[in-house]
Amino acid sequence: MIVLLIFLVPLLGGIISFFISNDKAARIWTFFVSLVTLAFTIATLTTFKAANDLQFSAEWMGNLGSSFSLSLEGMSQLLCLLTAVLYPVILIATWKTNYRKANNFFALLLLTQAGLMGVFTATDALLFYFFWELALIPMYFMSSGWGGERRIPVTFKFFIYTFSASVLMLIGLIYVYIQTPDQSFALESFYNATMSTSTQSWVFWLLFVAFAVKMPVFPFHTWQPDTYEQSPTAATMVLSGLMVKMGVFGLIRWVLPVVQVAAYSWGDVVMSLAVIGVIYASIIAIQQDDLKRLIAYSSIAHIGIMALTVFAETKSGFQGVMIQMFNHGVNITGLWIVVELIERQFGTRKLSQLGGIAQKAPALATLLVIVAFANISLPLTNAFVGEFLMFNGIWNSDVTKYNILFTALAGLSIILAAVYTLNMVQKIFFGVTNPLTEKTYDIALNERVALGAIVLLIFVFGVYPQPLLNITDGFTDKLLKDININHLLVK
Amino acid sequence: MNVLILSAISGVIMMFSSFFIKSKGSIRILAHVLLLAILAANVLELEGIRFFEIDTSGMMVFNRFALLFTLIANACTFLFFLLSSKDMERVGINYSDYFALIFFILAGFTLTSSFVSLLILFLGIEIISIPLYILAGSDKRNLKSNEASLKYFLMGAFSTGLMLMGIALVYGATGTFTTTAMSITGEGGVPVLFMAGLMMLLFSMSFKVSAAPFHFWTPDVYDGSPTVFTSFMSTVVKAAGFIAFLRLFADAFGDIREEWKILVAIIAAATLFVGNITAVFQQSVKRMLAYSSIAQAGFMMLAVYSLNADARDGLILYAAAYSIATISIFAVLIKMGDYTFDGFNGFARQQPLLAGTLVVFLLSLAGIPLTAGFLSKFYMLRAALYGGAVWLVIFAVIMAAVSVYYYFRLIQAMYFKEGVADTVIEVTPGFKFALVTMAGLTILLGVYPSLLINWLYF
Repeated sequence: MIVLLIFLVPLLGGIISFFISNDKAARIWTFFVSLVTLAFTIATLTTFKAANDLQFSAEWMGNLGSSFSLSLEGMSQLLCLLTAVLYPVILIATWKTNYRKANNFFALLLLTQAGLMGVFTATDALLFYFFWELALIPMYFMSSGWGGERRIPVTFKFFIYTFSASVLMLIGLIYVYIQTPDQSFALESFYNATMSTSTQSWVFWLLFVAFAVKMPVFPFHTWQPDTYEQSPTAATMVLSGLMVKMGVFGLIRWVLPVVQVAAYSWGDVVMSLAVIGVIYASIIAIQQDDLKRLIAYSSIAHIGIMALTVFAETKSGFQGVMIQMFNHGVNITGLWIVVELIERQFGTRKLSQLGGIAQKAPALATLLVIVAFANISLPLTNAFVGEFLMFNGIWNSDVTKYNILFTALAGLSIILAAVYTLNMVQKIFFGVTNPLTEKTYDIALNERVALGAIVLLIFVFGVYPQPLLNITDGFTDKLLKDININHLLVK
Repeated sequence: MNVLILSAISGVIMMFSSFFIKSKGSIRILAHVLLLAILAANVLELEGIRFFEIDTSGMMVFNRFALLFTLIANACTFLFFLLSSKDMERVGINYSDYFALIFFILAGFTLTSSFVSLLILFLGIEIISIPLYILAGSDKRNLKSNEASLKYFLMGAFSTGLMLMGIALVYGATGTFTTTAMSITGEGGVPVLFMAGLMMLLFSMSFKVSAAPFHFWTPDVYDGSPTVFTSFMSTVVKAAGFIAFLRLFADAFGDIREEWKILVAIIAAATLFVGNITAVFQQSVKRMLAYSSIAQAGFMMLAVYSLNADARDGLILYAAAYSIATISIFAVLIKMGDYTFDGFNGFARQQPLLAGTLVVFLLSLAGIPLTAGFLSKFYMLRAALYGGAVWLVIFAVIMAAVSVYYYFRLIQAMYFKEGVADTVIEVTPGFKFALVTMAGLTILLGVYPSLLINWLYF
């Protein structure tokens, strides 16, 4: 039952927010709603662990073979937790940012959260599709309504891109539905659908493209840097911290166990695409002068490694991906907060125009360096745990013959990440001050709190990742059983 | 039968009402009351209460499907009256006659949705078409309106000729006009005569529902006609055409589906392509809606292609979702001074409520989940997948993605572009209330479609 609440609270909170005319009140209301959602999510991890608390099912569109079923287990729990944690952080970090018609902005923000929670918990394919779009539409309105100068064409491209891919996914889902034994959209029935190998290939690509666009995997990534650049920072944080996880999540839940054979046989192709994307994005990131674009490309590289690992289909790989989804969400939000601070103070995001801030703003410098280390996955930061598990997973993969090559190339990306991240840190914080950065002041309390929370999460899960591993452990075993491709492998 | 007789009588009453009633307000109220009475009679007939027992010699059958569709058509017409009847005053002086013509069209709907004999189909189509020719030309001093009327009439007369020829050929092959009694199952080949008649019926029906490549009249007619009547023509009338199309092909030609299904699939694909691609390049919202109606017709063609239970359920839902959304958008469009996309710049700032409801209707037309438009498209896709055309379905959704482009252009103009939108006519609170109700209904049907579809069965 409580799983319904973590979806309903942001949904209703968002709808109410449309009617709050005072900007300040709307902001406080949104923050309050996000805290309540966080409280409920934490409660599912601690107090309400019984199965009937974590699952909810109700009659809905029975004549279409669909029901309103939500379930919170393993990976879903982790991603819901991430969503719940990041929202208050995002709101604190952007507390000073002014929006015209703020109530609408916050309402859309909360509706997106409801959509995300729904995507991560839905165990019915049609419901999943509903939530998928519910998350997308408010995001489009936010980016297009409150974004930068070129926002209208850029976010439109983003929308058309994702929408086209998602309608293809819809066909894939309906197609699987027709093949299910009991004509149902339920996840369990999907796992039991029997399809010939050639059908599986079709369905695989229909589904995969939707998720690949969302993540994004090379060559479906072209919408992403522009959209990140033009969206308002709060929306960018939600996009990169949370929405890209929908793609990875979708692969793990709705692709691999449903079309096992096709996922195995196309695995090498997809992994090659992913690894190309990783290297390509890293190299582009090195060239960037615009801070937002740099982080956008860095995100493509990180997500690429996740996509690579997903198709390696090993236990440690899956666990690594799930943990890394959580950690990447935390880390990239930290980076965006820094971008927001810099942009608000100096009115520019160009690395070439910044420099020498460290002396004037020591707190900001310290916090950024920690987040930057996490972005390179240094030991003691949370990202190290995830990356280590992922590399371990790729290396030990049975399903691909090129595991060593893939591991090596993915490993190269860490070096490249060090190059662009440290370059960024150096250009912003060290070197000579210029007229623009001379009057730098340090960060305010709310920003310290937000960044402090991020840094805390980085260290806690870097040193003690056990809770995250515990959440995903049983789920991963079940997942591997559902995928079950051992009979295909030549030993 | 209730609806047929009542709407015919209402038409006559409206025709003569101008002799006795001088005030336009009273005429409008009379029309609303008559339509409400028809609606009530329709609901009663669905519940099994008939006012008239007339022997139609098996030429018509009033089953739930037919009755539910007439209910939807009447309800959408009522919505049209509520939102736009006041704007009909601006078209010309024959205010009561416009209502009379619309009531005659409603009588035609009952024929086309409940026919069993091909003769009734023909009568129904003509009863719908002739008043439409007049309505299209009702703005007498406007050259474009005249052009629209003449074009519509010539093209319509041509397609009527085709239809009659088709009916004659089918009669020649089978010896009967009754669609359910044509015992041609396709075993041992289909007679050439029958096939030729089928083709002619297919072409003439495609004509009536403006499916490509028989759509060329549509943009000019819709654009030239007075906007109030375009709203009616492009929605309820088109849906009625599809109901007739579906019935005809399911009853008469369902057994030999293998023979014609590829042709219908091609027509559907061509309609989707032409409608969507051309709509992208329009600068006027009115013309965009004309092409959008062609594009939506392409989706409805999927129902004719698949002819299964999903197709029937889906077409009912589609008729409701599409009509509600398009009538409402037109109702707002009529109030605008400038019909181009740029005319809507900054509309959200001036009329936040209207803009909000328009977004719901546009999302519904684009087929975004949580709206009735999504589920009706979903039904069509599923029906076509059961019908065995994966390629057609994939093509259809790609075209649906294209449609997002032009529907969202309007949203962008309203919300994200600066400007002063020019509303000519004041909007009343009642108008706003009706629009908000319809937006709510669109979302409600998008979440609980069974509210409507269960009426087909219980």
